[in-house]
Amino acid sequence: MDSVFGVQFEGGVILAADQSNARSILMYQSNLDKITKLSSHSALAVSGPNADLVNFSELMAKNLDLYEISNNGLKLSTHGQANFCRGELATALRKGPYQVNCLLGGYDESTGSGSLYWFDYLAALAKVNYGCQGYASNFCLSIMDRDWKEGLTQDEAVAIVDKCIRELQVRFLISQPNFIIKVIDKDGVRTLKYGADPADN
Amino acid sequence: MARRYDSSTTTFSPEGRLHQVEYAIEAINNAGTCIGILAKDGIVMASEKLVSSGLLAPSKSSEKTYKISQHVACNVAGLTADANILIDQARLRAGRYEYQYCEPIPVEQLVELVCNYKQAYTQYGGLRPFGVAFLFAGYDEHYGFQLYQSDPSGNYSGWKATVIGSNNQAGKSLLKNEYGVTSSSSEEKEEEKEGEMKVEVDGVEETSMPDIKGALRLAVKVLNKTMDATASSSEKMELYVMSLENGQVVHKILNKDEAQKVIDEVEAEASPAAAGAAAGDS
Repeated sequence: MDSVFGVQFEGGVILAADQSNARSILMYQSNLDKITKLSSHSALAVSGPNADLVNFSELMAKNLDLYEISNNGLKLSTHGQANFCRGELATALRKGPYQVNCLLGGYDESTGSGSLYWFDYLAALAKVNYGCQGYASNFCLSIMDRDWKEGLTQDEAVAIVDKCIRELQVRFLISQPNFIIKVIDKDGVRTLKYGADPADN
Repeated sequence: MARRYDSSTTTFSPEGRLHQVEYAIEAINNAGTCIGILAKDGIVMASEKLVSSGLLAPSKSSEKTYKISQHVACNVAGLTADANILIDQARLRAGRYEYQYCEPIPVEQLVELVCNYKQAYTQYGGLRPFGVAFLFAGYDEHYGFQLYQSDPSGNYSGWKATVIGSNNQAGKSLLKNEYGVTSSSSEEKEEEKEGEMKVEVDGVEETSMPDIKGALRLAVKVLNKTMDATASSSEKMELYVMSLENGQVVHKILNKDEAQKVIDEVEAEASPAAAGAAAGDS
């Protein structure tokens, strides 16, 4: 039931996700951060059961950390990171699959632009300008189809994301009062806004 | 004195040496010379082809130069049979990386993987080390063109220009004097690569790096010095060039005519008077 989506703009990517952690009739938590920082300039927004969400995110983040420290600080490109993640999903698919649908957003210094990758639990991978996972697609893709264009500024991209969030909050059956929004650009990964503080225990 | 400690690869001598590894390195000094030179716009690798018999069928592939992947190639000095195993391993690891990341493997990572494979044979298993030294030439988007040398011990280092195989000391001293000659010549020309391609070493700037044409001439010049034969001919030399074309790495082994042209240019440089006579020869 997670809503996870992202929009690429000129020089970066925005990732957004709802903050509810729920199962059956219970709401466990309403301040969950589903967007994990992978490297200095990339993050992974994940949708799926909490166990797989956390397990997969941490596995990817730590492996990419290992890559950097094993290679004298060399950074793996967003494209390389996305293919690595997809590869892990593909290998696990016929053993013990991760039921996660993801959006990976990153910024590459070599190109000076952001890139967004969509991959699902079956390990299908696509590079996209904007994307959604889950029911959010039904509500948000048409907004993005209409409003997205090449060369968006960060503010314009955030405006699209805000529109999507409002649409979900009005029309989606499942109540999702809190969303967390992160920006990835040349300055790294930072949280733009959140509905509820993830650090609040 | 070394007798008792030299038959096992995995035993140190009292002086702290691994004799088998050293003997393996010795074996390479009998092999055909290989020269690698880093240029501004590419890499040149020149090697001496040792033809043992006139009855040998002309080879369809090189015995010296091997393509590891689209962006990496290597030159071999030493036991060809040993080299084949390591080249298979290098190709496999390069392929595996690309399978996992859908990107070409950074050159230094590939070299380190091959070297780690070699190192195992100096520490356990009871098998002898590989009698091969490599010159790896590669390009990646992180550090551009890079040249690495590796030996049977599993050590590797990055170079602007280097020589392996027979008479490599003579070759190296010539390179020391002639490589990047526009800057002050007495500085160190070698460099342990810590990943910084653009580092200035005592005033030898990147701008004094030769271009491919200059590197080819220098390589032939060095090869002339290291080869026993007095007359250099295109049959005995193999000239390989790695360059970039439209963002793609291009591998090229010069054909007979192209190689002869470089040889003639070097000869003309050496003795302008003799150039007239040399041009008359085929």
